[in-house]
Amino acid sequence: MEQHPTSDSTTLDTLAPLTRAEIISVDWSSLAPDEGKRLRALGLDEGARVAIAHRGVFFGKDPIALTIGRTTVAVRRAHARAMTVRPA
Amino acid sequence: MTRTRTAALVGNPNAGKSALFNALTGARQKIANYPGVTVERKAGRMSLPSAEPVELIDLPGSYSLDAASPDEEVTRQVVQGQFEGQARPEMLVLVLDAANLEQHLVFAQEVIALGCPTVVALNMVDLAERDGLAIDPAALADALGVPVVATVAVRKRGIEALIEAMAEASAQDLSTRHRVAALTLPERRLAARNIARAAILSESSEHRLHTHLDKVLLHPWLGPVILFALLFVVFQAVFAWADPLIGAIEGGADGLSRLVIATLPESFVRDLITEGVIAGVGSVVVFLPQIIILFAFILVMEQSGYMARAAFIMDRLMAYVGLSGRSFIPLLSSFACAIPGIMATRSIADPKDRLTTILIAPLMTCSARLPVYTVIIGAVIPASSVGPQGFQIVGLQGLVLFGLYIAGIVGAMVVALVLRRTATKGAASGFIMELPKYQWPPLRDLLIGLWQRAWVFLRRAGTIIFAATVVLWLLLTFPKAEPGESQLDASAAGHIASAMQPAFEPIGFQREMTLALVPALAAREVAVSALATTYAVDSDDEAETELALRGQIAARWSLPTALAFLAWFIFAPQCLSTIAVARRETNGWQWPAVMVTYLFVLAYVFAGITFWGATALGL
Repeated sequence: MEQHPTSDSTTLDTLAPLTRAEIISVDWSSLAPDEGKRLRALGLDEGARVAIAHRGVFFGKDPIALTIGRTTVAVRRAHARAMTVRPA
Repeated sequence: MTRTRTAALVGNPNAGKSALFNALTGARQKIANYPGVTVERKAGRMSLPSAEPVELIDLPGSYSLDAASPDEEVTRQVVQGQFEGQARPEMLVLVLDAANLEQHLVFAQEVIALGCPTVVALNMVDLAERDGLAIDPAALADALGVPVVATVAVRKRGIEALIEAMAEASAQDLSTRHRVAALTLPERRLAARNIARAAILSESSEHRLHTHLDKVLLHPWLGPVILFALLFVVFQAVFAWADPLIGAIEGGADGLSRLVIATLPESFVRDLITEGVIAGVGSVVVFLPQIIILFAFILVMEQSGYMARAAFIMDRLMAYVGLSGRSFIPLLSSFACAIPGIMATRSIADPKDRLTTILIAPLMTCSARLPVYTVIIGAVIPASSVGPQGFQIVGLQGLVLFGLYIAGIVGAMVVALVLRRTATKGAASGFIMELPKYQWPPLRDLLIGLWQRAWVFLRRAGTIIFAATVVLWLLLTFPKAEPGESQLDASAAGHIASAMQPAFEPIGFQREMTLALVPALAAREVAVSALATTYAVDSDDEAETELALRGQIAARWSLPTALAFLAWFIFAPQCLSTIAVARRETNGWQWPAVMVTYLFVLAYVFAGITFWGATALGL
């Protein structure tokens, strides 16, 4: 069952902090193979429910701390941009 | 004679494996490297209730058997029995974080499916309870088909039950055990969710300490301020707190020297012991307190979970020079010593990132440079205060020292920037890192970690530094001087220094300094003991001998010369161990050669600029 981006979908990096969302697709081709592997191992994959907990220091919006389940995972904005999410 | 069985600890990173390893093996641990790769092999001994000994290996934390880093590859090969020179473990202890059950069960299923006798340690149940989670170990055992023991490794809770379970599992007949089919990642993830749901008895609304702490510590403005304040405290502590201990060690060395002089008749051996061994090794061992204090802070930051936050905060800055927050941890460790720093780069998955970090690690001012810095600053920089009128609270000596640290950091950043555009060119690396839960670092694990670091340092002092000091003393003592000739001029070392001197004369180095550079190749801090040995040998006058090294330098060196020597040590690649570790970690001589060359060039150029600049300014 493949889900396609809909009108209320957005990329994860633009999600407002503390908003729960479901990852509906990931553009794995834009990520380095090992990074994709690591993200999947941490559970950041299609179907995962995530939220942005913290983003960046000073004026930068990079990196981003995501909550997934009971873990917090730091990723770069580029990784989040590869993930399409839908509010959940 | 019975063969010692092998068991291995496996689990996700941050599952509390190391604490469990410490609880099971105590301080009886051996740290080495896996042959051929640069992954640390931690092994220790434990006994089953039957007194049967077991060798326990602590495998690197992994998220999956589909390895994404050299660490994970070692874990995969060892548990699958494919690692050459490491027998396949006969038993696995799978460590799961109780508060993170669903995530950790994904990897757990992969491990259990291997078919090796496995015991699950459901670790950190206390932290799970703090988060309002109650878990039923029996339900988990049913679902996984292996025994599950609830543990709190840091408080040694559940350890005996775990050892019992290991004994039972080791007696298990493998042939009767049904093998579990290997599942794909999405299948395991789904199963993990179901197993976790079935095992979790109750889950209250999340009241999690770490979300509150993160709000402050990862705050976009407050977070960096707190980190820098903390780093400032660390460096203050390294200097302020270590002083009394250093005094005690110096006093001890002095007393020992007097004792030897009082008991032994005047002879070559007595001189060798007092002037060579005690003076030389003693001048290096005095830095043990500073190393321990620095490592204590680093270990607390690591074990409390703060280090990952520091990496998060630093990621932005590191990204500017083409690195990631992951490089921050090895680089911070390098302030204590580049060797553990370079070894810590193994957690960096990106090879070019890792290589760049290895190459710049020696530019972080390691504690071995402290002796050189403190002695020379103490000798030539006045102990006055500077600052605006009425607020002269900043010590000039401390300021110079701070400047030397900053010079190293700035140098490292510039070198990284250049390397990322030349030798280690490639796409900018990413930053993916789990931020572990905060926890109070257990004193016992802290002490074991400190002991291991202190031991590495003392072993160096007892071997490389000891040998270098003795050889230098011999070179300085022989051949003996003719009457009227200075011993330094006559000695073999003096001749070596004279041969090198033309190269170092232009940057303001005196012959004794050039001489000190030779043994300092073995270890930087030997420069101090070398100067001490040189001046001690050279002076026949007793009053002069009693002058501290500091006084000797103040009397003999001009300010531009001293500053040039300091500048040299910011960059100079003077530590054979670092070069050896770099060779091992990069699997060849190519990158260590690049490192040594660029460091020598920088050292020479900057020492020269400093000398000429200071001379021109009339200092």
